[in-house]
Amino acid sequence: MKRIRFWGTRGSIPVALTAEGVRRKLVTALRSASGRTFANDAEIEKFVEGLDFADHGTFGGHSPCVEIETGGPDFVVCDLGSGVRPFGQDTLARSGGGPRTYHVFMSHVHWDHIMGLPFFTPAYIPGNKVVIYGGHAHLEAALRRQQEQPSFPVDFTTFRADISFVRLEPGKVHDIGGMRVLLKLQRHAGDSYGFRFESHGKTVIYSTDSEHDLGNRKETDAFVEFFRGADVVIFDAMYSLADAISVKADWGHSSNIAGVELCHAAGVKHLCMFHHEPANDDASIARVLADTRRYEEICRTGAPMKVSAAYDGMEIDL
Amino acid sequence: MQCPTHVYADVVVARAAGRIDFAGAQVLEDALRDAIAPEAGVRGIVVDLEHVDYISSVGLRVLMVASKAMRARKAVIAVASLQPVVAEIFEISRFHHVVDVRASVRDAVGAVSPHALAAYDAAGAADIP
Repeated sequence: MKRIRFWGTRGSIPVALTAEGVRRKLVTALRSASGRTFANDAEIEKFVEGLDFADHGTFGGHSPCVEIETGGPDFVVCDLGSGVRPFGQDTLARSGGGPRTYHVFMSHVHWDHIMGLPFFTPAYIPGNKVVIYGGHAHLEAALRRQQEQPSFPVDFTTFRADISFVRLEPGKVHDIGGMRVLLKLQRHAGDSYGFRFESHGKTVIYSTDSEHDLGNRKETDAFVEFFRGADVVIFDAMYSLADAISVKADWGHSSNIAGVELCHAAGVKHLCMFHHEPANDDASIARVLADTRRYEEICRTGAPMKVSAAYDGMEIDL
Repeated sequence: MQCPTHVYADVVVARAAGRIDFAGAQVLEDALRDAIAPEAGVRGIVVDLEHVDYISSVGLRVLMVASKAMRARKAVIAVASLQPVVAEIFEISRFHHVVDVRASVRDAVGAVSPHALAAYDAAGAADIP
């Protein structure tokens, strides 16, 4: 595995930056630049890079879709949220028009994780192969249903690519796309599955829509083992801990605090917070990120663990 | 982790000391169990965190469960005398929105009940380890 590329990082429903949001970022940037002059574009770029991320960028964006670049000829992606639309367009440009195979790993079939499929252009192109893997028995039925009338005008049968479904068994090792893939059942309404991808000495965990009760030792130990030694854990950190175990208990999501504790226990190198709460603006997510880095520092007992917050377009080199 | 409890009229003060990690959370849970029970008639619990240097999510969950149980019978729970790092953890986890955070045990006891405050003041330093 060479790289992780995020195409959709928001949970529950896509979120767009508003005109007011853009205006606020411009005001902040111009205020920061007050009195400065720039000799050329490179100086402007350097100045913009120096601004806080929340002031020059946005976390976005699309609902869950994460690409894992394996270095092999096939494309690998987790979930079919709205981010799969730009992912599909980008792969067409990268593949030079030739037929390709897409390996799609589905955490579950809640709407935010499947809504992008009707807009996934490679699925309409003959010669392409799309293999959709998951732990749910109803995976195919759920994807077909969302494109039935009157919900969507283009039926699933319109796809011209060779589309197939493979049910994976949790706890077993599966060799797919040049990777060793393991699946783990997670606590979420209707169940969800986390994925552990291993290849060429690198390990990536995709664990979203998963609620944790770290007081449950057996369950916690199982997740620590699943995350063990990973280079990157993409983790559902949708809520604050207080919300996750009070008003939003049993909503099937987790917190930044649980992420740090689990990843520390598992010796993870990089915790990447994911599935951002749609009510949170960029400044809020940036604050959560700063808080999480501080918490990692507070409870660190070994080597420092990197902590990041995923945003649409972010890449992590492995 | 240790957590002896002291009764001041209708308020129970739990004096935690050490790290409230997974094992410490069990000690805290055991310490609060009797005070949480409806038949105990306790109007308030104050958890003294002066000698606690870390509290994990499991420890915070114990406080959350206690808070829910107390609120269900119109009683309260507060934490007091937080070390700066523990105060940070409360803010990072947003627990300061869920549990009443007080500067001192006396302040927390007084906020619950004047009878308890009188008993606390009468006990003075002799009762405080």
